[in-house]
Amino acid sequence: MNAIEIDNISKSYGQARALQDVSLTVNQGEIFGLIGPDGAGKTTLFRIMTTLMLADSGSGKVCGLDIVKDFARLRRIIGYMPGRFSLYQDLSVRENLDYFATLFGTTVRDNYENIREIYSQIEPFADRRAGKLSGGMKQKLALCCALVHKPSVLFLDEPTTGVDAVSRKDFWTMLTRIKASGVTVFVSTPYMDEAAMCDRLALIRDGVIIGTGTPEEIISGFPFRLLSVKGRRMYPLLKQLRKTGGVISCFSFGDSHHVTYSPEVTGKEQILAGLAEAGFSDCTAREISPGIEDCFMWLSHGNGSGRQTEAGMRQL
Amino acid sequence: MDRNAVEIRNLTKKFGDFTAVDNISFNVRKGEIFGFLGANGAGKTTAMRILCGLSLPTAGEGTVAGYDINTQQEKIKRHIGYMSQKFSLYPDLTVRENIRLFGGIYGLRDRQIREKTDALLGMLEMQSEKDRFAGSLPLGWKQKLAFSIAMIHDPEIIFLDEPTGGVDPETRRRFWEMIYDASEKGTTVFVTTHYMDEAEYCDRVSVMVDGRIAALDSPERLKSEYGADNMDEVFRIIVR
Repeated sequence: MNAIEIDNISKSYGQARALQDVSLTVNQGEIFGLIGPDGAGKTTLFRIMTTLMLADSGSGKVCGLDIVKDFARLRRIIGYMPGRFSLYQDLSVRENLDYFATLFGTTVRDNYENIREIYSQIEPFADRRAGKLSGGMKQKLALCCALVHKPSVLFLDEPTTGVDAVSRKDFWTMLTRIKASGVTVFVSTPYMDEAAMCDRLALIRDGVIIGTGTPEEIISGFPFRLLSVKGRRMYPLLKQLRKTGGVISCFSFGDSHHVTYSPEVTGKEQILAGLAEAGFSDCTAREISPGIEDCFMWLSHGNGSGRQTEAGMRQL
Repeated sequence: MDRNAVEIRNLTKKFGDFTAVDNISFNVRKGEIFGFLGANGAGKTTAMRILCGLSLPTAGEGTVAGYDINTQQEKIKRHIGYMSQKFSLYPDLTVRENIRLFGGIYGLRDRQIREKTDALLGMLEMQSEKDRFAGSLPLGWKQKLAFSIAMIHDPEIIFLDEPTGGVDPETRRRFWEMIYDASEKGTTVFVTTHYMDEAEYCDRVSVMVDGRIAALDSPERLKSEYGADNMDEVFRIIVR
């Protein structure tokens, strides 16, 4: 049995289409990432799958339970951490945890082992009000509250948004441990670099799933050759590369530019020679494999049916 | 020599017993893109509020755009631009109304606002969208508009507070191209971000840890100093 089955779910808010025919399956015991920018529909999908909102059409199951018919039973076997901090600010850390345990008919003591590793980091502040915690501690408390009833599936809606790069890494280490305890994790994020930490993932944009698979599968579908180009004057270099024949797209990626090109039209040496002629003689280029972010940008220019065209990419 | 866009000496801010900003000193040169990084809770927001004239330091002195952070806060506010991802435009005002509102707030005259509106709509190729609600624009346009409006009074320096958080990869890069353009025209850019690839796009980067500036240099020099391949590694080494 799949941990999560999402079948053709659509949802609109008035004229705005938030989700369009979304279908996904999540295997038991995996970390599945839903990756896409703000406004892509991630939170809407989370609310529908956690029974907090009804879809306009389509159906879904979590551990075999229907998201509409079996909503009451379903709620007992999932943990949900919404994007916005939703614990009681004026209850203490301990009180929040006790409260959530009680809601699920259990106690913190009975389930202490489930949360021990994360809870031990905030236990020294057990009597502090939740509203007075730092961002990182709030996040750990929210995670404890979502885990205290030993859920089968954990839904995490953008747990790392606005979190610094180091804390984000720590958070993913925590998720790996939660997964090791047998919990299926369905997590959303706008950060493309977190894709590598997922067993499988779906890329979502404007309510449409534009790619799905393991990170390796998504990367292997990238249809272009990719060059990483560096030079001294990076911004003028970017503009020059976009004017270079055979170059399909060019974007900044940290300290280099990623350039896609048609191998029939041009090649690395030819591009470098062209740059030198235009006054950029200090450049270096090397062939690289794409990352998830390259793939996302390419897939964003598809026609929605999963068929992407070079013409679409050229519009970049 | 020309003065710097920002000059800060021994800046400290305390809240009760807690020292949020601990005796920091730094300069931002005119026209440079200055990345202001740090872990959550390191004191970035507190420091930035002082630089923007929204909060007074407990101790220390400095100038922003030539105005004193202790005594000329209102002058500072008039001479800087500010934009964040969280708040930039009023979604239920039209494009034109947003331009007019911010132009008015910054004290532009009606004629100047009219000229600015035309110039801005032309530059952004948004003439046909001028009566659309800002909230209904695609994110990429919204950002361009917000950035241009934050610069409507031609500030010497613009503060960008996590301008690209949650933004899709392409829009995020297009936004940085606007930053480069502004910088080429001489505007000083002071920017915070959680994306470490964006740290590479800055001329210089400072990293705050526990209220202090733990490192400040160009990305190139920081990488070689810490023996790191990229700014993500540099950041991790410094913050850990």
